[in-house]
Amino acid sequence: MTTPRPHAIELRDVTKTFGSVVANDRVSLAVRRGEILALLGENGSGKTTLMNMLSGIYYPDSGHILVDGREVTIRAPKDAFALGIGMIHQHFKLVDVLTAAENIVLGLSGGVRLDRKALAGRIREISAKYGFALEPDKKVYRMSVCEKQTVEIVKVLYRGADILILDEPTAVLTPQETDRLFAILRAMRADGKAIVIITHKLHEVLSVSDRVTILRKGRYIETVETARADVQSLTDGMVGRPMRLAISRVEAETKPLCGVRGLTVRHKDGHSVLEGVSFDLCGGEILGVAGVAGSGQQALCEALAGLEPGAQGRIVVGGVNIAGMNPGQILAAGVRIGFVPEDRLGVGLVGSLNIAENLLVRGYRKQRGIFLRRGPAKAQAGELIRWLAVNATGPGQRVSKLSGGNVQKVLLGRELMEAPQMIIAAYPVRGLDISASYTVYDLLQAQKAKGVGVLFVGEDLDVLLELCDRIMVLCGGRVSGIVDARTATKEEIGLMMTHAHRRTEAAP
Amino acid sequence: MIAEKRDPLVRMVRRENISPAQALFIRAAALVCALLTGGLMILALGHNPFAVYADMIIGSLGTRTVLAETIRLAIPLLITALAISLAFKMSFWNIGGEGQILFGAVAASYFALFWADTLPRAPLLLIMAIAGALAGGLAGLLPALCKAKWDTNETLFTLMMNYIALCYIKYLQNGPWKDARLRGFPKIAMFEDIAKLPKLLGVHVGWIIALALAALVYLYLHHTKHGYEITVVGESPRTAKYAGMNVGRVIVRTMFLSGMLCGLTGFIQVAGADYTLTDSTAGGVGFTAITVAWLSKLNPAIMVFVSFAIAMLKKGANKIQTTFKIPASAADVLTGVLLFFMLGCEFFLTYRLVLRGGKERLDG
Amino acid sequence: MDKIINLLCAAVLAGTPLLLGTLGNILTSKAGNLNLGVEGMMFMGGVSGLMAAYCYEQWALAGQGASSGVTAALLSLGASFAAGGLGALIYAFLVVTLRANQNVTGLTLAIFGAGFANFFGEFMGIRAGGYVAVSQTVKNAFAGLRVSPLSDIPVLGRLLFQYNWVVYFALLAALLMAWFLGRTRMGLNLRAVGENPATADAAGINVTLYKYAATVIGGGVCGVGGMYMVMVTCSGVWVHNCVNGYGWLAVALVIFAAWSPLQALAASLIFGGLSVLRMYVSLGIPMQLYDMLPYAATVFVLVLTSLRQSRERSQPAGCGVNYFREDR
Repeated sequence: MTTPRPHAIELRDVTKTFGSVVANDRVSLAVRRGEILALLGENGSGKTTLMNMLSGIYYPDSGHILVDGREVTIRAPKDAFALGIGMIHQHFKLVDVLTAAENIVLGLSGGVRLDRKALAGRIREISAKYGFALEPDKKVYRMSVCEKQTVEIVKVLYRGADILILDEPTAVLTPQETDRLFAILRAMRADGKAIVIITHKLHEVLSVSDRVTILRKGRYIETVETARADVQSLTDGMVGRPMRLAISRVEAETKPLCGVRGLTVRHKDGHSVLEGVSFDLCGGEILGVAGVAGSGQQALCEALAGLEPGAQGRIVVGGVNIAGMNPGQILAAGVRIGFVPEDRLGVGLVGSLNIAENLLVRGYRKQRGIFLRRGPAKAQAGELIRWLAVNATGPGQRVSKLSGGNVQKVLLGRELMEAPQMIIAAYPVRGLDISASYTVYDLLQAQKAKGVGVLFVGEDLDVLLELCDRIMVLCGGRVSGIVDARTATKEEIGLMMTHAHRRTEAAP
Repeated sequence: MIAEKRDPLVRMVRRENISPAQALFIRAAALVCALLTGGLMILALGHNPFAVYADMIIGSLGTRTVLAETIRLAIPLLITALAISLAFKMSFWNIGGEGQILFGAVAASYFALFWADTLPRAPLLLIMAIAGALAGGLAGLLPALCKAKWDTNETLFTLMMNYIALCYIKYLQNGPWKDARLRGFPKIAMFEDIAKLPKLLGVHVGWIIALALAALVYLYLHHTKHGYEITVVGESPRTAKYAGMNVGRVIVRTMFLSGMLCGLTGFIQVAGADYTLTDSTAGGVGFTAITVAWLSKLNPAIMVFVSFAIAMLKKGANKIQTTFKIPASAADVLTGVLLFFMLGCEFFLTYRLVLRGGKERLDG
Repeated sequence: MDKIINLLCAAVLAGTPLLLGTLGNILTSKAGNLNLGVEGMMFMGGVSGLMAAYCYEQWALAGQGASSGVTAALLSLGASFAAGGLGALIYAFLVVTLRANQNVTGLTLAIFGAGFANFFGEFMGIRAGGYVAVSQTVKNAFAGLRVSPLSDIPVLGRLLFQYNWVVYFALLAALLMAWFLGRTRMGLNLRAVGENPATADAAGINVTLYKYAATVIGGGVCGVGGMYMVMVTCSGVWVHNCVNGYGWLAVALVIFAAWSPLQALAASLIFGGLSVLRMYVSLGIPMQLYDMLPYAATVFVLVLTSLRQSRERSQPAGCGVNYFREDR
């Protein structure tokens, strides 16, 4: 009989602070070889920070890290590689203009010259072993999200990692791609690798992991055998109080509002990011938009909001064709569209300005004359802060100093205060914790009840199915179908996300 | 604890917030460091830094005459810095102040040279001012149009315009506008008296124009809708589009204004200071003004004082050239050093250094 | 025919400082630093190169020894590289360590460098009682080489084998840089740093070290370009404002050359040719308007390249943005 081997990785009382924010407060966890550990926690619970300390991106303020029972110091990513630790980040760490092979070999020591042939051979070897499909000479910017993830995984395997950390690896995958990834993870587990998967999706935890470690607000809560856990117990651990899980869909009366016909958007280089998209959006409904990342969601939102000057086709809202208009012209035509973009601080808000000045982004054109009056905006900002319980010092606080959830409240609040007919919300709960997410769902449902049409672009299919009335699936810039959210299944939508197979349109 | 032993020697920690007094202290410290560095350089050249600095102050403020001279140097700096701050606020890197000044000067000089005998004084000066401003504005407009239309790199475009303007003036000097009376010397004639700016309190009236413009630019940037648009475009062009702003129009409009102010500087230089047009009419003002604008954090009120201080430095450097035989380019070196320190000190306004083992204060 | 050869030879000679400035700036850009201070670094390199040669000569004279042209040239090269590197080091410290705005820091370096050079140039002049000039021996060290029999080959000999050594140095630098960026691991790492520093960091590359090294070496190469302006173009005499916008042209040529060292060869040859055109081709326009040509052509090229949109032939994505790992 063999003696029990020490843990592949063990963290003891690791603490990390950023300024006054304690991201990790005496957190401990351990993972064995041949095991998949799920690290579960809400957004902002410190999962990523913790794992970044293993991969050498951050350095802990205090605490111990043990690899194979030995205490180690990980100052830089290089140290992590040397210990066989490889991390696959949620936001891929790839250089777009380089090839897969170049990305894989990045930062490694070796001969002065780069031997591309040997490199490609080694990559093919690894790919064959685990069943990856990877072209070593393909440039990263020409790859799909799924291919990019493959590059990331091969990258850490190439470096000889036998301890793998995956940060939210399924966030950008279709259900089918997720299944394939899990199969690969299981194969790696059988190969004796230790795997940590960071996630906040409970059913994934239950399906792939052996044990679960739960974090909440930077603190360690507990570690349980997955076999003995269920959705409710995990949620309670993660949120700290019993939480209603289902989103109760508000029913509202619908009326015709917006018709989009043959919407096409082309990039400068000629390839189309949106091709002949047609759909109707009613007042009093939430239309979900699903699709693999980069399927044309951004172009769709921006075209509707008037930010795609080259958009072709018809967009009729309340009887007015707004196609080709900029936001100023849309407003002048009497159409009120609220837009919560994906990149909140890059598109919707100005980080270096304060809350009141950010409200002026919408309000300043309505002022008469050439002078700018800040008074009304300040009062409005105070109102917004009270209404949505924004955690801010006041209307004069810079938006860049707010936390992600509060930034979203300011943005969404501003758009709702303009009493829109239609709201476009792109990934409005990304980066928000559960309670802030539910605030957003409630706000959008309240708008729906008021007769506003809501376009909700999301990535979590469970949420889309519970929140929306209908779901439009995009694939490669085309509509692959519109389904009734009350009857559709995740698998069905997943298939539509990757194959542009058409299904009869669900009536609004 | 083990972790402390392994900590890097110095760590940087973001400050949560900083009191105005602290910020002022850090800036003052940077100023002192810059003066010390300058002092060390003077010492290395074998002079007494205190004597040299004292001579600079006396040479720039000591008598009415030198004071007037210093103010005369500050005027173009201030107006051009105002012009540049309009563009910089928009994150449009206009480093073509020099060229815009020259184009303005050429247009103003045209009327001074060829219309002086047909027009009375007031309309002549007014026409010169308008022509100067328009010519400067057009010089600023060209790169702005290309930026708005094709996102052409404005930094290099505006810069190349400097050399184009310079070559153009050299051409005028040697060719069409060459003063025939000077037999061979490639120079342009001096202006008639009626094309010269009147004086007030010993300095040409440019100083009143400059102060008035400082107030106007302050009002424009902080209290008008245009000013708000400039800020938003500068911070985030995509948010500006989102807000329904026509980003191209804002860029073109603001750069026209910026160029106009530079062109006005050109007019004031030829009509108030030099009384003729030469290839050194701009004399590096377009570049020094960038320093002034940035040292003032693009705030017109602070700019009034900073431009005066830099003018003191320039005037003082001329003085030490005669007294100590230290080349007057020392002013450029010192200005550079000063700005280096000021740029560097911004870091300490945002971050704190924590020494190894130092306890982190949570209150920041 | 003769005229064309003359023009080409003159274009190579006039284009060399542009090539050096462009190469230096390409290397800097590849590390994600947008250094507008090329003009300043060229100035600093120029005055230091002159100072090194001049001081060495004075020292040799004082010791009654004969000065060696080769030693003077090497000292000049070393000093100009060091001075350009020093300017770049100030920039790198402010931008990489203290995270100052890259645009403004570069502009300041341009102003500072010009002041620094004019200051020391005039200072040396005052000390020397009039103006600084190096002896004929040193001037000869920067004159065209004659390698018989190669230089005696008709046409080809003149076109290829009779330039001063700095021309070949610049050519070698371009080839070396092309090989470094395209074929070596370090070159690959450097490109990653410039494109996406966070990724490079996660891949275990020392981002700060790469940024400093590339910026300082790039600055050194720019400095050598300044030395060329003083020692070759101005024949070893300090002329006020001698760099005359060549540093800025170099910054523009980086864009024209699409960040490729090999294309920089062609770009600098073209612009070198434009700057000496008036002496070889008569277009019937006044002389001063000829001088405008390189600058006007730059504007034209800037507009032209802005019309061209390409993912790979464009500025490294990380350019102009400072990187800080623990920023959140």
